[in-house]
Order: sequence, then structure tokens, then C-alpha cells
Amino acid sequence: MADLAVERESSEFKKGVQAGISIGIGYFPIALTFGLLAKTSGLSIYETVLMSLLVFAGAAQYISLSLIAYGTGIVEIILTTFIVNIRHFLMSATLNEKSDEDYLFNKLLFSFGITDETFSVAATKEGTVTSGFMFGLISVSYSSWVVFSGVGHLIGASLPQTLQESMGVALYAMFIGLLVPSLKKSAKVVFLAALSALFNSIFTLGHFMAQGWSIVSATLLSAILIELAEVIKTRHRGVQHED
Amino acid sequence: MKTEILWMIIGMGVVTYIPRMLPFVLFKGKELPPFVQGVLKNVPYATLGALIFPAIVLIQKGDIWYGVTGAAAAFIAAFLGANVIVVVLGAIAVLSIYSYFM
Repeated sequence: MADLAVERESSEFKKGVQAGISIGIGYFPIALTFGLLAKTSGLSIYETVLMSLLVFAGAAQYISLSLIAYGTGIVEIILTTFIVNIRHFLMSATLNEKSDEDYLFNKLLFSFGITDETFSVAATKEGTVTSGFMFGLISVSYSSWVVFSGVGHLIGASLPQTLQESMGVALYAMFIGLLVPSLKKSAKVVFLAALSALFNSIFTLGHFMAQGWSIVSATLLSAILIELAEVIKTRHRGVQHED
Repeated sequence: MKTEILWMIIGMGVVTYIPRMLPFVLFKGKELPPFVQGVLKNVPYATLGALIFPAIVLIQKGDIWYGVTGAAAAFIAAFLGANVIVVVLGAIAVLSIYSYFM
């Protein structure tokens, strides 16, 4: 029995690794550029790699570089990081509902690796999410992020400009690749994605709030409104016709 | 390594980890009210919408067609049932060709 459990755990890990490959590819240009920018912002290679090791959050790390360049104080940089990354709370709450029963320790360990990308892959996966899967998924993503941050600091500038630019689309293409199969199956998913895309566009393009808050607010608004609409629709079933 | 930068990095790491781990400690899971569970089930798709737009059309400053082309390539590949990795590599390939000609 113990053998069986170990075997299942290792195959879950392998599945996670496979699912993580597209994230690994997507992180390559972003981490590389981060390393390069960190160098121009005056961070040493150790500081650059340490930040990727301890923070593992792309947007916040980029923002910290521009704040360092402005000469912003440490406390403000840390506070900004918190605001930008508060959206992970919602993602963790969602994955908490979806994850298999396991020791809290394992969950606390893999929760460190919850990013927009690892969350999207895990949350759109069929069925429940095991810790083994999360460890596999995160180990590929995390290694790519840390290693290529360092590589970027060393050689970033020498990658052809057009390739760097075209690889910038990688993560968005991945998000589309994760979303479309569900879009095809359910009209609800179409409304959820379209509504939050609309809210987020209004919030960010209208400069109503910082990007970190904007994504959380757009996501929550859309998720709640669509859920409310569904509850109302179910209650009125038979009275009104929809779809 | 400058001490100031070191403390900044540690601080950033701590405040990033807290919202990531907190829900696992606060909620045991599967015991939240049904409406909240429903909302949380909606979150992945809503998040994806917000992560894609408007960011994808803004990836190339001053040329929204760059992002639109990449998004269209990814959407078509995904709609035809391509694997996520194929979608990613396909969008990169299409944009490489795009910047070669534009």
C-alpha cells in the first residue's frame, strides 16, 4: 500500500512537471529581462537571484526595480509589494477549495509558489489538485524564474531584440491556451472572462487604481456578479427563458 | 550585498508569502457557504480574463496590432484544440514573423 501511494505521488509530481513546462518557457524572457533591468538598476547578481528566490513574483519584482531607481524608501517598496501581491490571497482561497486533503505543512510549502501562472494551470486542471502536482508544477516554474534571472543579469542584453519581444507574448498565449477549452464548453466562462476583462480594462486604462488592486477587484466583481446572476436565474427558472 | 537591499528583499518576500499561505490556515476548505464556494469556483476564469486584458494589447508600446496578432494566433491555435505548449510556441512564431515584416 505504501508503495502504491509513493508511486501515485511521483506520477502526480511528473504530471505537474509536464504542466509546468509552458510556464517555464513563458518565464524565460521575463526573468531574463528582470535580470538585465536589475543590473541596470544597480543590483548585484546575488541580490538579483536572492530576490527571485525569496519573492518569486514577477510584477512586484519589476515594480521594485523602478522604485529603487526613483530612490523610494524601503518601507514604501515593501508596502507596494504587498498591495501588488494581495491578489494571491484570492487564488490561494480558490486552490484551498480545490486541493486534496493533505498535511497543512505541504500546503504551506507549495503556497509559496502560487503565482498568476501556476494558479491558472492548477485551477483550470480537471478534478482536484494534489500537493505532488503542485510541487512538480512549481519546481519547473520556480527553477526557470530563478535561473534565468541570474542568466539575465549575466548575458541578458545579448539575446536578439526581436526574439525577446516576441517571447513577451508567451505568458498571455498560455493564459489564452488555458482559458479557451473552458470557453468552448460553457457560456458562463465566456461571461466571467469577458466581464472581468472589461472591468480590468476600465480600471487600469482609466487609472482608477494600481494594477494589483485592479486585477483583484475586476476578478471579484465579475465572479460575484455572475454567481448572483446564476442564483437569480435558477430561482426564476420556469418563469423566464434564457439561453 | 548592501544590508539595506537585503532587508528590502526579505521584507518583500515576507509580505508576498503572507497572502499566499493565509487562506490555507484560515479556511479548512469545503465548509464555506455555498455562495462563496460558487464565487471561488468562478475566480479562475475571471482571473484569466483580467490577466489577459488589457495587458496583451499593450505588450508592444505604440503598436496594439502586435498584441492583437499574438492574441489572435493563440486564440485560433487553442480553439483548434492545440496543446498549451503548442499555443505558446505558435504565438511566439507568428510574432517573430510579424516583426520581421513590419
